[in-house]
Amino acid sequence: MRSTRSGAFFALVALLAALGLLAGLDAARRQSSAAARFAANRALARWVVFTDLCFFTDARYTRHPSLADRHSPFQDSPLALEHFPSGSLAPPPAHLAGTSWRRPEDGGPDSRSGQP
Amino acid sequence: MTTGLRRHLRILAYVAGSLSRRWRKNLAVVGVYGLVVFTLASVVVLTQSLTQEAVVALGAAPEIMVQRLSAGRHGLSPVGGVGAMARIVGVQAARARLWAYHTDPATGETLLLAVPEDGRLREHEATAGRDVLGRRAIPIGGTLRLGTHEGDSLPLTISGVAETATALESAALINVSEATFRQLTGMPEGWATDLVLSVRNRRELLTIANKIAQALPDARPVIRDELVRTYTSVFNWRSGVIIAALLVPVLAFILFAWDKAAGLSPDERREIGILKAVGWETADVILLKSYEAVAVSLAAFVLGTGLAVAALALPRPPAILPALLGWSTLYPPFRPVAALGAYQVATLFFLVVFPYLAATVLPTWRAATVDPDLVMRT
Repeated sequence: MRSTRSGAFFALVALLAALGLLAGLDAARRQSSAAARFAANRALARWVVFTDLCFFTDARYTRHPSLADRHSPFQDSPLALEHFPSGSLAPPPAHLAGTSWRRPEDGGPDSRSGQP
Repeated sequence: MTTGLRRHLRILAYVAGSLSRRWRKNLAVVGVYGLVVFTLASVVVLTQSLTQEAVVALGAAPEIMVQRLSAGRHGLSPVGGVGAMARIVGVQAARARLWAYHTDPATGETLLLAVPEDGRLREHEATAGRDVLGRRAIPIGGTLRLGTHEGDSLPLTISGVAETATALESAALINVSEATFRQLTGMPEGWATDLVLSVRNRRELLTIANKIAQALPDARPVIRDELVRTYTSVFNWRSGVIIAALLVPVLAFILFAWDKAAGLSPDERREIGILKAVGWETADVILLKSYEAVAVSLAAFVLGTGLAVAALALPRPPAILPALLGWSTLYPPFRPVAALGAYQVATLFFLVVFPYLAATVLPTWRAATVDPDLVMRT
């Protein structure tokens, strides 16, 4: 009885491992056959002058994060909170993000020292 | 005293003894359980606090804001458009509003430059939110330097602290005169950021907005009540996403609670056996274990929820806050006022206390219905 159960267990593990291997082989096959498509996409991106890969289509600043600025998410009213669904999935890119939320205990640098 | 009440009191006295006998284990359970409640409660408290922050900030906003779109982006509105807006039936008053964001080059923070309606500020004079001044250690009468759009530095004399209604306003608002505003932003004379209308009858808002959209095809009317609704739903959506991400620790805890409760320790089994042998009914034993579970869950619930509210007062904002804020982290750091409604407390209570009760009472019932002699022997 016990040997049958362990046999079934190992058969299941072997089946899953085989499926995993097949998935990997399939991915490799697709990857090699997609080279032509990638090249076409690259050519298209160069022709249209794309800036970003578009992951979200709702807000301008998450659609093109490299072209986003510090003001466009808040244009509805003065001090509006950013409110597009993709806003929390695609955070501001590093070149925009202020450091202040990461080290609030510093109290922020003195504005006078940063300017002429 | 009735017999029923006396029975409950005696069982409660026994619960107190039993909990203190195994205090190490119970403390560990309350600690882990409290941590799970704290994580969930933080999301709930912060969501409610931010929604309240947004609703309070919009409370003073005009009923309709009209923005001009140019090339698909927010464009400047001609001040001359005010007359046409004021003539629409149902509009009480219309005015042009001047406001703009300003990036502090030193910190990268987004601040708000606004021209107050009363227009009492002189040129090169400014008032700012308490936190704006506090972060820069500028006293009243001190000088705040802002960069103009041409790259020069413009010194402004701080004549007072601006009146603010929310934490974000206190952290980001700078009031200036119209001349200074135009000098800082480069906005030409005759143009404003947007036009705002006050409307007395709420039922006319949609009609007026439609009239504006028809008369000015490049205008975008924003109704305040719709903004409030958007905020409420977006923060609920975001908290849902975060809670979904937190499901793994919550499930791990439920597994832990189930494992702890389902596999009653041999000591607990023996205790149940002895209690039954000395004459306790199955119902008494289940009541005993239920009281124990209620005591543990209530302690963890109060601990977790209390910590979540208290965490908002700590110098470092809770780690979840930036995830809820999204791009609003481009503003200077601000701490929303903690808010928690009865609805949120009840949701949290049913989400965390009931599964634990169920996980504890079921195995007890199984153990309590077995023959005491058998339980004590094994």
